[in-house]
Amino acid sequence: MMCDFLFSLVCTGEIFELKAELNSDKKEKKKEAVKKVIASMTVGKDVSALFPDVVNCMQTDNLELKKLVYLYLMNYAKSQPDMAIMAVNTFVKDCEDPNPLIRALAVRTMGCIRVDKITEYLCEPLRKCLKDEDPYVRKTAAVCVAKLHDINAQLVEDQGFLDTLKDLISDSNPMVVANAVAALSEIAESHPNSNLLDLNPQTINKLLTALNECTEWGQIFILDCLANYTPRDDRESQSICERVTPRLSHANSAVVLSAVKVLMKFMEMLPKDLDYYGTLLKKLAPPLVTLLSAEPELQYVALRNINLIVQRRPEILKHEMKVFFVKYNDPIYVKLEKLDIMIRLASQANIAQVLAELKEYATEVDVDFVRKAVRAIGRCAIKVEQSAERCVSTLLDLIQTKVNYVVQEAIVVIKDIFRKYPNKYESVIATLCENLDSLDEPEARAAMIWIVGEYAERIDNADELLESFLEGFHDESTQVQLQLLTAIVKLFLKKPTETQELVQQVLSLATQDSDNPDLRDRGYIYWRLLSTDPVAAKEVVLAEKPLISEETDLIEPTLLEELICHIGTLASVYHKPPSAFVEGSRGVQHKRLPGSSVESPDTGSAAGVSEAPPAVIPSQGDLLGDLLNLDLTPPTTTGPPPPASSGMQMGAMDLLGGGLDSLVGLLNTVLSEAVSLRCVIPALQNLSSHYTTCCQVWLPAMKAKGLEISGTFVRRAGVIQMEMTLTNKAMSVMTDFAIQFNRNSFGLAPAGPLQVLTPLSPNQSIEAALPLSTVGPVMKMEPLNNLQVAVKNNIDVFYFSCQYPISMLFAEDGKMERQVFLATWKDIPNDNESQFQIKDCHLNSDAASNKLQGSNIFTIAKRTVEGQDMLYQSMKLTNGIWVLAELRVQAGNPNYTVSTVLVVLAVFKSCAGAAVITIYYQKK
Amino acid sequence: MIHSLFLINASGDIFLEKHWKSVVSRSVCDYFFEAQERATEPENVPPVIPTPHHYLISVLRHRIYFVAVIQSEVPPLFVIEFLHRVVDTFQDYFGVCTEAAIKDNVVVVYELLEEMLDNGFPLATESNILKELIKPPTILRTMVNTITGSTNVGEQLPTGQLSVVPWRRTGVKYTNNEAYFDVVEEIDAIIDKSGSTITAEIQGVIDACVKLTGMPDLTLSFMNPRLLDDVSFHPCVRFKRWEAERILSFIPPDGNFRLLSYHVSSQNLVAIPVYIKHNITFREGSSQGRFDLTLGPKQTMGKAVESVLVSSQLPRGVLNANLNPSQGTYTFDPVTKMLSWDVGKINPQKLPSLKGTMSLQAGASKPDENPTINIQLKIQQMAISGLKVNRLDMYGEKYKPFKGIKYMTKAGKFQVRT
Repeated sequence: MMCDFLFSLVCTGEIFELKAELNSDKKEKKKEAVKKVIASMTVGKDVSALFPDVVNCMQTDNLELKKLVYLYLMNYAKSQPDMAIMAVNTFVKDCEDPNPLIRALAVRTMGCIRVDKITEYLCEPLRKCLKDEDPYVRKTAAVCVAKLHDINAQLVEDQGFLDTLKDLISDSNPMVVANAVAALSEIAESHPNSNLLDLNPQTINKLLTALNECTEWGQIFILDCLANYTPRDDRESQSICERVTPRLSHANSAVVLSAVKVLMKFMEMLPKDLDYYGTLLKKLAPPLVTLLSAEPELQYVALRNINLIVQRRPEILKHEMKVFFVKYNDPIYVKLEKLDIMIRLASQANIAQVLAELKEYATEVDVDFVRKAVRAIGRCAIKVEQSAERCVSTLLDLIQTKVNYVVQEAIVVIKDIFRKYPNKYESVIATLCENLDSLDEPEARAAMIWIVGEYAERIDNADELLESFLEGFHDESTQVQLQLLTAIVKLFLKKPTETQELVQQVLSLATQDSDNPDLRDRGYIYWRLLSTDPVAAKEVVLAEKPLISEETDLIEPTLLEELICHIGTLASVYHKPPSAFVEGSRGVQHKRLPGSSVESPDTGSAAGVSEAPPAVIPSQGDLLGDLLNLDLTPPTTTGPPPPASSGMQMGAMDLLGGGLDSLVGLLNTVLSEAVSLRCVIPALQNLSSHYTTCCQVWLPAMKAKGLEISGTFVRRAGVIQMEMTLTNKAMSVMTDFAIQFNRNSFGLAPAGPLQVLTPLSPNQSIEAALPLSTVGPVMKMEPLNNLQVAVKNNIDVFYFSCQYPISMLFAEDGKMERQVFLATWKDIPNDNESQFQIKDCHLNSDAASNKLQGSNIFTIAKRTVEGQDMLYQSMKLTNGIWVLAELRVQAGNPNYTVSTVLVVLAVFKSCAGAAVITIYYQKK
Repeated sequence: MIHSLFLINASGDIFLEKHWKSVVSRSVCDYFFEAQERATEPENVPPVIPTPHHYLISVLRHRIYFVAVIQSEVPPLFVIEFLHRVVDTFQDYFGVCTEAAIKDNVVVVYELLEEMLDNGFPLATESNILKELIKPPTILRTMVNTITGSTNVGEQLPTGQLSVVPWRRTGVKYTNNEAYFDVVEEIDAIIDKSGSTITAEIQGVIDACVKLTGMPDLTLSFMNPRLLDDVSFHPCVRFKRWEAERILSFIPPDGNFRLLSYHVSSQNLVAIPVYIKHNITFREGSSQGRFDLTLGPKQTMGKAVESVLVSSQLPRGVLNANLNPSQGTYTFDPVTKMLSWDVGKINPQKLPSLKGTMSLQAGASKPDENPTINIQLKIQQMAISGLKVNRLDMYGEKYKPFKGIKYMTKAGKFQVRT
C-alpha cells in the first residue's frame, strides 16, 4: 500500500517535489512529506538536501511530526552543522514544555546531535532536566550526560554533570537509578581511574533496592555494576548474594547471566563449610540449564560462559551432562561448544553415556563436527583412565567404518593415547597399519609414522613401511619429514643391522637436499650422535618420554579468574582478557576474584610512587647503615653496626647468595607487575627528544646543612653518568666530598671517586660528572628505579634517594637478531605482556623509530596492517634482561599503543666476572 | 551500547539501517557477509563476529538477519535479548515479521526503534508501553487518520512507564472481564535406535490472556508446585511469595503475556507419548534401500495424539523414495533430501505406518550416515509433566471474572536416531 509510493522516489526530480510538499500550508501534506523523507533516509538514500525545509516543519504542536523531524535531524545534523543551529531555539523551548514527554524528547534528541556548537546550548536545559520533577525526564537526562560525554568529555566535567549524575544514584525512582548507573558505567569505561562509581555499602544498598524494582535492562546495568564491588567480609558477601539470587529466575537471560556473574564472584568470599555456600551452588545449576533451551544464539553465548564456569566450579553442573547432548539440527557453533563442555564434564560416573554419544556423533554429516567428536573420544581416554580401553575399542570401531577423515582423526588421537598409556594398547597397531594408504593429511601421517617408529621392534615390516614414506620425502610437509627422520633413526637404533641403508638415505635427504633449517639441524644432530657415540644416541633418542598431561586446553588459572569476573561479556565469549581485544584498551582494568590468593596489583599506588618527588631518607634508615662503611664513617646515631657481608668486595659472593634471590625476586616483579613497565614508558614517551631528564633537586639545602645537590642521569657513548651540581648555601667552606650508593635493583655503583677537587666556598656551585658502572651489588628496590645515595663532606653525611630513568640502562647491543626476536616473541607467555598508550605524539613511525634508536631502542621489524604501522622493537637492560615491544602507530592518531613483553631473561654477569648465571623464568 | 542495527534479508541485501549514535558505514556488514558465505546453512552463521573496530551480534528470525553493531564491551546476551524483543515487537505490530511488512511500515518501524533505544540504552521495550506511545497500524486507523488528520503517536506520557507496576496501565476497562491461562509444554527428547530415552526434558510455559478492569491482584496455585523447581517469571510475579508459599501472586499486565516459563529437567522421569519402530537399511552393492516406519502411542494418559508430523533428512545418496503411507500424505524433496510425512491423528487400533523403498544412485557406495527422525505432535488437555492448576483467585476488584485454564503438550526438539 503505502510502500509503493514511499519507495518510488529515487531520482532528484522527486526531491523538488518533496521540497514543495514540505513547504505546503496544509499540515497533512507536510506530515506525509516528512514521512516520505524519513522512508528514503531509512533505506540509505541521501535526502540531506532537504535539510532547511524539514527543519522548518519542526515548530509544530503535532507530536508525531515533531518526532519525525527529530529523527531526521539526528541523522543529518552532523553533515550540516550550520543549519542545525537553526533548530536550537526550538529545542530550548521544548525543554520548558509542560508535557514531560516533550521535555524528555527534546533533551534526548539534542544529545544525539553530534555538533559541537549545539552541545554548548545543551548544557543549561540538561542541567534543568537532571533536576526535573518528573522521573521520566530525569532518567532521559541521565543518559544524555553519557551522550554529551561521548561528544565532549571536558565540557561534561567542567559543568559538573558527573557529580549530578552520581547524586542520581540515590534517586527515589529505580528507573532513574538504573539509567544513572548505566551512564556512569559507560563514562567510566573511558576513564579507567576516575573512580566514578565509588561503591560503598550505602550505595550498594541503594542499588540492591533499585534492583528489585527497575526494568530488566536496568537490572543488567545494576548487576554488572555490583560485580565490580568487593565486599568487606563474608557476611556482606552473603547478604548481597541473598538479594541477587531471585534474579536467577528472571525471564531475560542477560539478567540471569549477570546475576550468575555476581554470585560466582562473591561466592569466592564465602567459607566453603557454610550451609549457604552449598545452597547457592545448588541454585546456580537450574538457570544455567534453562539458558540452553533458548534460541541458538543465546545458547551459544551461554555455552561459552558455562565452559568457564565448569572449569572454575565443575561441581555445579556435574549432574547435568545430558543437557549438553547434541541435537542433530543444532547450529554447528552450538554443537562444537556442547562437545567441549561434555569432555570437561566427563568423569568415571558418566563416561559410558558420553562415549555412546560421541560414537553417535562420529557418524554425522558435518565433517568438522565429526572430527571434533573423534578427538573428543581421545581426550576422554586421556582424562578418565578407567575408560581408556573402551575409548580405544570405540576408536577401532570407527576406523572400521573406513570413512577417510574419521580414520585419520582416530589415528591422531590414538597416538596421544599411546603417549599417555605406553605399552598397553599396542595390539591395535596391526589394525592401524592396514589403513596406512588412506592417510593423506600431514597430521595423520606424522602420527602414524611416530607410532611405527616408537614401536618399531614389534612391527615386523617397520622398515618397509617407513621406506614407503621415504619415497616422496620432498613432497611431504615439514611435520611429516621431521617425524620420518626421527622414526627411522629410532628404527635404526632398535634394529641396526637391517636398516643401515635406510638411515643413511634419510640423513642425506634431510641434511643435503633439504633447505629447511629445522630438518637439516635435526639431521645433523642425529648424524653426529650416531657417528660419535651410538650409546649416547640411544639414550637420547629412545629416552623415556614424559607422560602427557590430563587436560590440554584448560584456561590458565589467573586468566580464568579474570574471565569469571567478566561473565556475560564479550571477553567471556572470546575467552580472552578484555585488554586483548577491546578497542583502545585504555579503559581496561584487570579484575581478580576477591579472596583468592593472588593479590590484586595495585597499579594506582605504584603510579603514584613513581611520580612522587624523591624523598629524603632519614639518616637512621637501617638500610643505609652499611652504605658508607668504607671510606666514610658510619653514622654515629643508633643505626645497627654494618653487617659483614656488605660492601663492594663482597659483591660477587653476595650475588650468588642472597643477591641471587633478590635478583629472582626482581625478575618476578618485573614480570608480574605492570609497575616496572611504567619505568620504560618515559623513555618511549619521550619520543620527541633525545631522552634526558631535566635537572632535579635531589637534596635540598635545608636538609643537608647548606649543601644542595641537583642532578640528572645521562647515557653518553655507552657510559652512564650521573651529572650533579653541588651548591654551597652555607656560610662555611665545604671539602672532602665522597659518594656511595646503596645496593640497588640494577647494580649501579660509582665507577670512580667523586671529582670535586677544589673546596666549595659559600654561594659557589660546582658541576661534577660521576661515571657509573652496573656491576655493583643488587637488591630489589621499590620502585625499581630507586637509587639511595649517601654523600659525605667535611660537615656530615647526607642521604637522599633519587630515581633514574630506565632508558639509561638500555645497552647499545640491544638489537636482537630478527629470527631470535620472532621465536622469542612467540614463546612468551601472555601474562608477561602489558599494554599502555602514549598520548599525543605527532611523529610518524619512521621518525619515532629513529628517535627511539637514539635511546638504544632498536626497531627489528616493521609491518603495516590496515593503516596501522607496527614496529617491533627490542632493548636490552644492562643486566641482560631483554624487553621486546610492539609499537602500533595509526596514521593521524597521536596516540600510540605499546605492548611490552619481558623476556627470557638471559645471562647475568657478576661483578667478579667469574660466575655466569642463566636464569630462565618459567611460567608457574 | 548498541550502536546501529542492520536488517539483512536472505539474499544478502541490507534493507533497513538504524543508527543510535554516530553513523556506521554499511560496509561493516561485509564481515557479516563473509561469515555468511563460509556457513553452509543460513542458521550456521556465528552470532558474534569480530571486526577490527566493531562487533557484530546477529540473530536470524523469520529468515531475516538482525545485525547489531557494537563498539565497546557490551554483554552479548543483552544485545541478543534486545534483538529478540525487536522481532517480537514487529510481529506484535504488523502481525508478521517479514521484509515486506517492515518495508510497508517503515516509518512506524523507525519510530519504534527510536522509542526502544536511546543512545544504545533500552528505553521502552514493553509492548504495553510502546502501544501507548505509537499506535499499531490498522486499516481502520489509517483511514480515520487520513480523514481526521489525527496521528498514530500518543500525546500522553505512558502511565505505566514510571509507576510501581510499569507493565500495567491505569484505567483499564472491559465489559466482559476474563482471564485465560494456557499451560503449554514441549518435550525435548533424544531417543536412541533401540528405543530407549537418552535425554528428555520438558520446557513449559504458562501464557496468559488477561482482560480485567482496574487493578486486579491475582493468585494462582498449583496442585503439585514441587514440579516447578526451575522457573523464570514475568517481572509482575512476587518472588518472595513464591519462595515462601509456592503461590503465584501478581498484578497482571493488560492483554497477552507470558506469566512464567519452567523447565522440568532430565533428572525427573519424563513420559514419552509416542514410540516409533523403524527399519531404514541399505545393502552394500544394491541400489535399493528399505524404509519402514510405524508409529504408536505410549504414555498419553488416554488422550489422543494429534497433528503428528514426521520428518527426516535422508542420506545424500538417496535419489528418490517410493513409499506407501497407511494414512496421511508424504512428500520427498529430491534436492534437500527432506522426507516429511503428515500423519494426522494416531489411532491406537490401527497404527499408522510408512513403508516402501528408496532408490540410490547406481554404483554409489552405501551411505554412512544414519538419518535422524524428527517428530512433531500435539496432545490436547494434558500437560505431560502432570502440572495442574489448583485455583485462581482475584482480589482488589469487586466483579466476578470468567476464568479458564487450557493444557496442551507438544513435541519440541523430539528426535529419534536410527
